[in-house]
Amino acid sequence: MDTYYDPNDLVKFADIAKDAPQLADKFFSYYNAVFAEGALTEREKALIALAVAHALQCPYCIDAYTRGSLEKGASLEEMTEALHVVGAIRGGASLAHGVQMRKIAEKLLQ
Amino acid sequence: MTFGNTLKKHNLELLRDETTTLQINVGLACDLSCRHCHQDAGPHRSERMSPEVVGEVLAFARRHHFSTIDITGGAPELLPELPRLLAGLAPVTDQLIVRANLTALAGPEAASLLELYRKHRVTIAASLPASNGSQLEAQRGSGVWQQSLAMLRTLNAIGYGREGSGLELLLVSNPTGAFLAPGQSSAERKFRGDLERRHGITFTNLLTLVNVPLGRFRSWLESSGNLEGYMATLAGGFNPATVTGLMCRTFLSVDWNGYLYDCDFNLASGKPHGGIHHHIRDLAGLPEPGSAIPTGDYCYACTAGAGFTCGGSISDREAV
Repeated sequence: MDTYYDPNDLVKFADIAKDAPQLADKFFSYYNAVFAEGALTEREKALIALAVAHALQCPYCIDAYTRGSLEKGASLEEMTEALHVVGAIRGGASLAHGVQMRKIAEKLLQ
Repeated sequence: MTFGNTLKKHNLELLRDETTTLQINVGLACDLSCRHCHQDAGPHRSERMSPEVVGEVLAFARRHHFSTIDITGGAPELLPELPRLLAGLAPVTDQLIVRANLTALAGPEAASLLELYRKHRVTIAASLPASNGSQLEAQRGSGVWQQSLAMLRTLNAIGYGREGSGLELLLVSNPTGAFLAPGQSSAERKFRGDLERRHGITFTNLLTLVNVPLGRFRSWLESSGNLEGYMATLAGGFNPATVTGLMCRTFLSVDWNGYLYDCDFNLASGKPHGGIHHHIRDLAGLPEPGSAIPTGDYCYACTAGAGFTCGGSISDREAV
Protein backbone atom coordinates (compact mmCIF):
# COMPACT_ATOMS: atom_id res chain seq x y z
CA MET A 1 0.00 0.00 0.00
CA ASP A 2 1.64 3.25 -1.17
CA THR A 3 -1.03 5.52 0.20
CA TYR A 4 -4.13 5.26 2.36
CA TYR A 5 -6.19 6.96 -0.36
CA ASP A 6 -5.97 5.52 -3.88
CA PRO A 7 -8.38 6.88 -6.56
CA ASN A 8 -8.62 3.36 -7.99
CA ASP A 9 -10.16 2.20 -4.70
CA LEU A 10 -13.30 4.24 -5.30
CA VAL A 11 -14.68 1.69 -7.76
CA LYS A 12 -14.16 -0.99 -5.10
CA PHE A 13 -16.78 0.59 -2.86
CA ALA A 14 -19.17 -2.27 -3.64
CA ASP A 15 -16.64 -4.70 -2.10
CA ILE A 16 -17.99 -3.61 1.26
CA ALA A 17 -20.77 -6.15 0.53
CA LYS A 18 -18.31 -9.00 0.99
CA ASP A 19 -18.96 -10.86 4.24
CA ALA A 20 -22.06 -8.77 5.02
CA PRO A 21 -24.18 -8.79 1.83
CA GLN A 22 -27.57 -8.31 3.48
CA LEU A 23 -26.44 -5.19 5.28
CA ALA A 24 -24.79 -3.83 2.11
CA ASP A 25 -27.97 -4.48 0.13
CA LYS A 26 -29.97 -2.48 2.64
CA PHE A 27 -27.40 0.32 2.61
CA PHE A 28 -27.12 0.60 -1.19
CA SER A 29 -30.87 0.35 -1.62
CA TYR A 30 -31.26 3.23 0.83
CA TYR A 31 -28.39 5.15 -0.79
CA ASN A 32 -29.91 4.90 -4.27
CA ALA A 33 -33.33 5.92 -2.96
CA VAL A 34 -31.86 8.95 -1.22
CA PHE A 35 -30.28 10.24 -4.43
CA ALA A 36 -33.32 9.67 -6.66
CA GLU A 37 -35.31 12.71 -7.78
CA GLY A 38 -37.80 13.69 -5.10
CA ALA A 39 -38.80 16.97 -3.51
CA LEU A 40 -35.19 17.91 -4.26
CA THR A 41 -33.78 17.41 -7.75
CA GLU A 42 -30.89 15.02 -8.40
CA ARG A 43 -28.71 18.07 -9.12
CA GLU A 44 -29.57 19.67 -5.77
CA LYS A 45 -28.87 16.40 -3.95
CA ALA A 46 -25.53 16.05 -5.71
CA LEU A 47 -24.61 19.60 -4.63
CA ILE A 48 -25.53 18.80 -1.01
CA ALA A 49 -23.42 15.63 -1.23
CA LEU A 50 -20.52 17.66 -2.62
CA ALA A 51 -20.79 20.11 0.26
CA VAL A 52 -20.98 17.35 2.89
CA ALA A 53 -18.03 15.60 1.25
CA HIS A 54 -15.95 18.73 1.80
CA ALA A 55 -17.17 19.10 5.36
CA LEU A 56 -16.14 15.48 6.01
CA GLN A 57 -13.01 15.98 3.88
CA CYS A 58 -13.56 12.59 2.27
CA PRO A 59 -11.40 12.34 -0.89
CA TYR A 60 -13.51 9.52 -2.34
CA CYS A 61 -16.70 11.53 -1.88
CA ILE A 62 -15.14 14.71 -3.29
CA ASP A 63 -14.04 12.77 -6.37
CA ALA A 64 -17.42 11.08 -6.78
CA TYR A 65 -19.57 14.16 -6.25
CA THR A 66 -17.48 16.59 -8.26
CA ARG A 67 -18.12 14.32 -11.22
CA GLY A 68 -21.65 13.59 -9.97
CA SER A 69 -22.55 17.27 -9.69
CA LEU A 70 -21.28 17.96 -13.21
CA GLU A 71 -23.13 14.94 -14.58
CA LYS A 72 -26.34 16.17 -12.98
CA GLY A 73 -25.94 19.51 -14.74
CA ALA A 74 -24.53 21.65 -11.92
CA SER A 75 -22.32 24.54 -12.96
CA LEU A 76 -18.91 25.27 -11.46
CA GLU A 77 -20.49 28.48 -10.12
CA GLU A 78 -23.09 26.47 -8.18
CA MET A 79 -20.49 23.98 -6.95
CA THR A 80 -18.24 26.76 -5.71
CA GLU A 81 -21.15 28.46 -3.92
CA ALA A 82 -21.96 25.13 -2.24
CA LEU A 83 -18.40 25.02 -0.86
CA HIS A 84 -18.80 28.52 0.52
CA VAL A 85 -21.85 27.29 2.40
CA VAL A 86 -19.56 24.67 3.96
CA GLY A 87 -17.00 27.34 4.76
CA ALA A 88 -19.62 29.61 6.30
CA ILE A 89 -21.14 26.87 8.45
CA ARG A 90 -17.77 25.48 9.54
CA GLY A 91 -16.50 28.95 10.33
CA GLY A 92 -19.80 29.94 11.90
CA ALA A 93 -19.82 26.81 14.05
CA SER A 94 -16.37 27.70 15.38
CA LEU A 95 -17.30 31.31 16.05
CA ALA A 96 -20.63 30.32 17.63
CA HIS A 97 -18.63 28.34 20.19
CA GLY A 98 -17.03 31.63 21.07
CA VAL A 99 -20.06 32.10 23.28
CA GLN A 100 -18.68 29.33 25.50
CA MET A 101 -15.25 30.91 25.44
CA ARG A 102 -16.72 34.22 26.52
CA LYS A 103 -18.87 32.66 29.25
CA ILE A 104 -15.90 30.73 30.69
CA ALA A 105 -13.57 33.69 30.40
CA GLU A 106 -16.10 35.99 32.07
CA LYS A 107 -16.31 33.54 34.97
CA LEU A 108 -12.52 33.30 35.30
CA LEU A 109 -11.59 36.91 34.77
CA GLN A 110 -11.82 39.49 37.50
CA MET B 1 -13.69 -5.08 -24.48
CA THR B 2 -14.50 -3.86 -28.01
CA PHE B 3 -17.95 -2.45 -28.69
CA GLY B 4 -18.65 -5.36 -31.02
CA ASN B 5 -17.81 -7.89 -28.32
CA THR B 6 -20.00 -6.06 -25.81
CA LEU B 7 -22.91 -6.37 -28.26
CA LYS B 8 -22.21 -10.10 -28.63
CA LYS B 9 -22.06 -10.54 -24.87
CA HIS B 10 -25.60 -9.15 -24.68
CA ASN B 11 -26.76 -11.19 -27.71
CA LEU B 12 -27.25 -8.00 -29.69
CA GLU B 13 -26.45 -7.02 -33.27
CA LEU B 14 -26.23 -3.51 -34.66
CA LEU B 15 -28.16 -3.66 -37.92
CA ARG B 16 -29.82 -1.04 -40.07
CA ASP B 17 -33.55 -0.43 -39.83
CA GLU B 18 -35.73 1.51 -42.30
CA THR B 19 -33.92 4.73 -43.25
CA THR B 20 -35.85 7.80 -42.15
CA THR B 21 -33.25 10.56 -41.81
CA LEU B 22 -30.73 12.03 -44.20
CA GLN B 23 -27.92 13.89 -42.47
CA ILE B 24 -25.85 16.14 -44.69
CA ASN B 25 -22.42 17.22 -43.49
CA VAL B 26 -21.66 20.19 -45.73
CA GLY B 27 -18.04 20.56 -44.62
CA LEU B 28 -15.69 21.18 -41.74
CA ALA B 29 -15.16 24.93 -42.15
CA CYS B 30 -16.27 26.64 -38.93
CA ASP B 31 -15.69 29.99 -37.25
CA LEU B 32 -15.10 28.26 -33.89
CA SER B 33 -12.67 25.56 -32.70
CA CYS B 34 -14.69 23.99 -29.88
CA ARG B 35 -12.79 21.63 -27.62
CA HIS B 36 -15.51 19.02 -27.75
CA CYS B 37 -15.73 18.87 -31.55
CA HIS B 38 -15.62 15.27 -32.80
CA GLN B 39 -14.92 16.48 -36.33
CA ASP B 40 -11.93 18.74 -35.59
CA ALA B 41 -13.79 21.46 -37.47
CA GLY B 42 -12.54 25.05 -37.39
CA PRO B 43 -11.32 28.06 -39.34
CA HIS B 44 -8.31 26.04 -40.49
CA ARG B 45 -10.51 23.53 -42.36
CA SER B 46 -11.33 24.16 -46.00
CA GLU B 47 -13.59 21.14 -46.72
CA ARG B 48 -16.83 22.38 -48.24
CA MET B 49 -19.54 20.73 -50.31
CA SER B 50 -19.20 21.74 -53.97
CA PRO B 51 -22.15 23.00 -56.06
CA GLU B 52 -21.99 19.72 -58.01
CA VAL B 53 -22.34 17.56 -54.88
CA VAL B 54 -25.10 19.86 -53.59
CA GLY B 55 -26.97 19.08 -56.82
CA GLU B 56 -26.42 15.34 -56.36
CA VAL B 57 -27.67 15.50 -52.74
CA LEU B 58 -30.77 17.42 -53.85
CA ALA B 59 -31.49 14.88 -56.58
CA PHE B 60 -31.09 12.01 -54.08
CA ALA B 61 -33.39 13.68 -51.55
CA ARG B 62 -36.05 14.12 -54.23
CA ARG B 63 -35.85 10.45 -55.26
CA HIS B 64 -36.37 9.10 -51.71
CA HIS B 65 -38.57 10.36 -48.92
CA PHE B 66 -36.88 11.23 -45.64
CA SER B 67 -39.07 12.30 -42.75
CA THR B 68 -36.14 14.35 -41.41
CA ILE B 69 -33.24 16.01 -43.18
CA ASP B 70 -30.51 17.30 -40.91
CA ILE B 71 -27.83 19.70 -42.15
CA THR B 72 -24.63 19.82 -40.11
CA GLY B 73 -20.92 20.68 -40.39
CA GLY B 74 -18.66 22.54 -39.42
CA ALA B 75 -20.84 25.60 -39.54
CA PRO B 76 -23.42 25.12 -42.32
CA GLU B 77 -23.87 28.90 -42.53
CA LEU B 78 -20.40 29.18 -44.09
CA LEU B 79 -21.49 27.16 -47.14
CA PRO B 80 -22.40 29.57 -49.96
CA GLU B 81 -24.77 26.94 -51.39
CA LEU B 82 -26.83 26.68 -48.18
CA PRO B 83 -29.78 28.78 -49.50
CA ARG B 84 -30.00 26.45 -52.51
CA LEU B 85 -30.01 23.41 -50.22
CA LEU B 86 -32.73 24.90 -48.01
CA ALA B 87 -34.96 25.79 -50.95
CA GLY B 88 -34.52 22.35 -52.51
CA LEU B 89 -34.91 20.27 -49.35
CA ALA B 90 -37.73 22.04 -47.49
CA PRO B 91 -40.49 20.91 -49.88
CA VAL B 92 -39.43 17.22 -49.83
CA THR B 93 -39.19 16.51 -46.10
CA ASP B 94 -41.38 16.74 -43.02
CA GLN B 95 -38.68 18.33 -40.88
CA LEU B 96 -35.61 20.23 -42.06
CA ILE B 97 -33.04 20.83 -39.33
CA VAL B 98 -29.96 23.06 -39.50
CA ARG B 99 -27.38 22.70 -36.74
CA ALA B 100 -26.11 26.14 -35.78
CA ASN B 101 -23.33 27.27 -33.48
CA LEU B 102 -25.08 30.69 -33.12
CA THR B 103 -21.94 32.72 -33.88
CA ALA B 104 -21.68 31.85 -37.59
CA LEU B 105 -25.33 32.81 -37.96
CA ALA B 106 -24.37 36.33 -36.90
CA GLY B 107 -21.73 36.72 -39.61
CA PRO B 108 -22.27 39.08 -42.57
CA GLU B 109 -22.40 36.15 -45.01
CA ALA B 110 -25.41 34.78 -43.06
CA ALA B 111 -27.42 38.02 -43.06
CA SER B 112 -30.20 36.68 -45.29
CA LEU B 113 -30.32 33.21 -43.72
CA LEU B 114 -32.60 34.05 -40.81
CA GLU B 115 -35.39 35.07 -43.16
CA LEU B 116 -34.80 31.96 -45.26
CA TYR B 117 -34.97 29.75 -42.16
CA ARG B 118 -38.25 31.32 -41.18
CA LYS B 119 -39.66 31.11 -44.70
CA HIS B 120 -38.85 27.39 -45.00
CA ARG B 121 -39.91 26.62 -41.39
CA VAL B 122 -36.42 25.25 -40.69
CA THR B 123 -35.86 23.80 -37.22
CA ILE B 124 -32.75 25.36 -35.70
CA ALA B 125 -30.69 23.09 -33.45
CA ALA B 126 -28.34 25.52 -31.71
CA SER B 127 -25.31 24.43 -29.71
CA LEU B 128 -25.27 25.81 -26.19
CA PRO B 129 -23.17 23.51 -24.00
CA ALA B 130 -23.81 25.36 -20.75
CA SER B 131 -26.21 27.93 -19.32
CA ASN B 132 -23.32 29.91 -17.82
CA GLY B 133 -20.67 31.92 -19.59
CA SER B 134 -17.50 30.62 -17.96
CA GLN B 135 -18.01 26.95 -18.81
CA LEU B 136 -19.36 27.71 -22.27
CA GLU B 137 -16.40 29.93 -23.14
CA ALA B 138 -13.90 27.42 -21.74
CA GLN B 139 -15.16 25.05 -24.40
CA ARG B 140 -16.03 27.40 -27.27
CA GLY B 141 -13.77 30.42 -26.90
CA SER B 142 -13.72 33.91 -25.47
CA GLY B 143 -16.65 36.16 -26.33
CA VAL B 144 -18.87 33.32 -27.55
CA TRP B 145 -21.28 33.50 -24.58
CA GLN B 146 -22.45 37.05 -25.27
CA GLN B 147 -22.60 36.41 -29.03
CA SER B 148 -24.72 33.31 -28.39
CA LEU B 149 -27.11 35.18 -26.12
CA ALA B 150 -27.44 37.98 -28.67
CA MET B 151 -28.32 35.53 -31.45
CA LEU B 152 -30.80 33.67 -29.24
CA ARG B 153 -32.52 37.00 -28.55
CA THR B 154 -32.60 37.72 -32.30
CA LEU B 155 -34.11 34.28 -32.97
CA ASN B 156 -36.72 34.83 -30.25
CA ALA B 157 -37.54 38.22 -31.76
CA ILE B 158 -38.43 36.66 -35.12
CA GLY B 159 -40.50 33.95 -33.43
CA TYR B 160 -38.06 31.08 -32.97
CA GLY B 161 -38.57 29.34 -29.64
CA ARG B 162 -41.69 31.36 -28.89
CA GLU B 163 -44.80 29.42 -27.99
CA GLY B 164 -47.39 29.28 -30.75
CA SER B 165 -45.04 30.41 -33.53
CA GLY B 166 -44.41 26.89 -34.87
CA LEU B 167 -40.75 27.87 -35.29
CA GLU B 168 -38.68 25.33 -33.39
CA LEU B 169 -35.53 26.40 -31.59
CA LEU B 170 -33.80 23.39 -30.08
CA LEU B 171 -30.84 23.93 -27.79
CA VAL B 172 -28.17 21.26 -27.88
CA SER B 173 -26.10 20.83 -24.74
CA ASN B 174 -23.10 18.59 -24.37
CA PRO B 175 -21.00 18.28 -21.21
CA THR B 176 -18.17 20.78 -20.90
CA GLY B 177 -15.62 18.07 -20.17
CA ALA B 178 -14.92 14.38 -19.60
CA PHE B 179 -18.14 13.40 -17.90
CA LEU B 180 -21.60 12.20 -18.87
CA ALA B 181 -24.53 14.46 -19.69
CA PRO B 182 -27.30 15.16 -17.18
CA GLY B 183 -30.77 13.74 -17.72
CA GLN B 184 -32.46 15.60 -20.55
CA SER B 185 -35.64 16.63 -18.75
CA SER B 186 -33.87 17.90 -15.62
CA ALA B 187 -31.27 19.73 -17.73
CA GLU B 188 -34.05 21.32 -19.76
CA ARG B 189 -35.71 22.63 -16.58
CA LYS B 190 -32.38 24.07 -15.45
CA PHE B 191 -31.64 25.74 -18.81
CA ARG B 192 -35.18 27.07 -19.08
CA GLY B 193 -34.93 28.60 -15.63
CA ASP B 194 -31.46 30.08 -16.15
CA LEU B 195 -32.04 31.49 -19.63
CA GLU B 196 -35.51 32.89 -19.03
CA ARG B 197 -34.87 34.24 -15.54
CA ARG B 198 -31.49 35.80 -16.23
CA HIS B 199 -31.71 36.64 -19.92
CA GLY B 200 -35.35 36.54 -21.04
CA ILE B 201 -34.59 33.83 -23.61
CA THR B 202 -37.01 31.02 -24.46
CA PHE B 203 -36.56 27.86 -26.51
CA THR B 204 -38.60 24.87 -27.65
CA ASN B 205 -36.68 21.94 -26.19
CA LEU B 206 -33.24 21.05 -24.92
CA LEU B 207 -31.34 18.04 -26.23
CA THR B 208 -28.48 16.61 -24.18
CA LEU B 209 -25.64 14.90 -26.01
CA VAL B 210 -22.60 12.97 -24.83
CA ASN B 211 -19.18 14.04 -26.04
CA VAL B 212 -17.95 11.47 -28.54
CA PRO B 213 -14.27 10.51 -28.18
CA LEU B 214 -13.19 11.45 -31.68
CA GLY B 215 -11.43 14.38 -33.31
CA ARG B 216 -10.42 17.33 -31.17
CA PHE B 217 -12.23 15.99 -28.12
CA ARG B 218 -10.25 12.74 -28.25
CA SER B 219 -7.00 14.69 -28.59
CA TRP B 220 -7.96 16.69 -25.50
CA LEU B 221 -8.84 13.50 -23.60
CA GLU B 222 -5.40 12.11 -24.45
CA SER B 223 -3.44 15.25 -23.60
CA SER B 224 -5.32 15.83 -20.33
CA GLY B 225 -4.93 12.24 -19.13
CA ASN B 226 -8.71 11.67 -19.24
CA LEU B 227 -9.00 9.18 -22.10
CA GLU B 228 -8.74 5.96 -20.11
CA GLY B 229 -11.13 7.09 -17.39
CA TYR B 230 -13.63 8.53 -19.87
CA MET B 231 -13.67 5.39 -21.98
CA ALA B 232 -14.15 3.31 -18.83
CA THR B 233 -17.08 5.53 -17.84
CA LEU B 234 -18.68 5.15 -21.27
CA ALA B 235 -18.13 1.38 -21.45
CA GLY B 236 -19.20 0.91 -17.83
CA GLY B 237 -22.43 2.76 -18.58
CA PHE B 238 -23.35 0.49 -21.51
CA ASN B 239 -27.14 0.19 -21.54
CA PRO B 240 -28.36 -2.60 -23.85
CA ALA B 241 -31.82 -1.01 -24.00
CA THR B 242 -30.40 1.87 -26.06
CA VAL B 243 -29.21 -0.22 -29.01
CA THR B 244 -32.55 -0.48 -30.82
CA GLY B 245 -32.90 3.32 -30.74
CA LEU B 246 -29.44 4.22 -32.04
CA MET B 247 -29.50 6.82 -34.80
CA CYS B 248 -27.08 4.90 -37.04
CA ARG B 249 -29.90 2.37 -37.64
CA THR B 250 -32.13 4.92 -39.36
CA PHE B 251 -29.69 7.63 -40.50
CA LEU B 252 -27.88 7.96 -43.75
CA SER B 253 -25.05 10.46 -43.50
CA VAL B 254 -23.46 12.04 -46.55
CA ASP B 255 -20.20 13.96 -46.40
CA TRP B 256 -19.15 17.06 -48.35
CA ASN B 257 -17.70 14.86 -51.10
CA GLY B 258 -20.92 12.87 -51.48
CA TYR B 259 -19.78 9.69 -49.73
CA LEU B 260 -22.11 7.77 -47.43
CA TYR B 261 -21.87 6.73 -43.78
CA ASP B 262 -24.29 5.37 -41.17
CA CYS B 263 -23.76 8.34 -38.85
CA ASP B 264 -21.66 11.47 -38.43
CA PHE B 265 -19.33 9.67 -35.99
CA ASN B 266 -18.51 6.92 -38.47
CA LEU B 267 -17.95 9.76 -40.94
CA ALA B 268 -15.50 11.40 -38.54
CA SER B 269 -13.63 8.14 -38.04
CA GLY B 270 -13.61 7.20 -41.73
CA LYS B 271 -15.82 4.09 -41.49
CA PRO B 272 -18.09 4.20 -44.57
CA HIS B 273 -21.58 2.77 -44.90
CA GLY B 274 -21.33 -0.89 -45.92
CA GLY B 275 -17.58 -0.90 -45.29
CA ILE B 276 -16.69 0.58 -48.70
CA HIS B 277 -17.07 4.04 -50.18
CA HIS B 278 -20.44 4.52 -51.89
CA HIS B 279 -21.16 7.84 -53.59
CA ILE B 280 -24.62 9.34 -53.29
CA ARG B 281 -24.95 9.61 -57.09
CA ASP B 282 -24.44 5.85 -57.43
CA LEU B 283 -26.92 4.72 -54.78
CA ALA B 284 -29.93 3.12 -56.52
CA GLY B 285 -32.05 2.79 -53.36
CA LEU B 286 -31.95 3.22 -49.64
CA PRO B 287 -29.93 0.74 -47.56
CA GLU B 288 -31.61 -2.59 -46.92
CA PRO B 289 -32.81 -3.13 -43.35
CA GLY B 290 -30.69 -5.80 -41.70
CA SER B 291 -27.37 -4.72 -43.18
CA ALA B 292 -24.47 -4.42 -40.73
CA ILE B 293 -23.17 -1.11 -39.35
CA PRO B 294 -19.44 -0.57 -38.74
CA THR B 295 -18.57 0.22 -35.11
CA GLY B 296 -15.70 1.60 -33.03
CA ASP B 297 -14.94 2.26 -29.36
CA TYR B 298 -16.62 5.68 -29.70
CA CYS B 299 -19.97 3.89 -30.14
CA TYR B 300 -20.02 3.49 -26.35
CA ALA B 301 -20.84 7.22 -26.21
CA CYS B 302 -24.24 6.53 -27.79
CA THR B 303 -25.10 3.62 -25.48
CA ALA B 304 -23.99 5.01 -22.10
CA GLY B 305 -26.72 5.59 -19.55
CA ALA B 306 -29.81 6.96 -21.23
CA GLY B 307 -28.06 6.77 -24.60
CA PHE B 308 -28.22 9.52 -27.20
CA THR B 309 -28.83 10.32 -30.81
CA CYS B 310 -28.55 13.61 -32.67
CA GLY B 311 -32.11 14.07 -31.43
CA GLY B 312 -31.01 13.90 -27.80
CA SER B 313 -31.46 11.16 -25.22
CA ILE B 314 -32.90 7.84 -26.38
CA SER B 315 -34.45 7.48 -22.97
CA ASP B 316 -34.47 9.90 -20.11
CA ARG B 317 -34.01 6.98 -17.74
CA GLU B 318 -30.61 6.31 -16.30
CA ALA B 319 -29.02 2.93 -16.86
CA VAL B 320 -29.45 0.47 -14.05
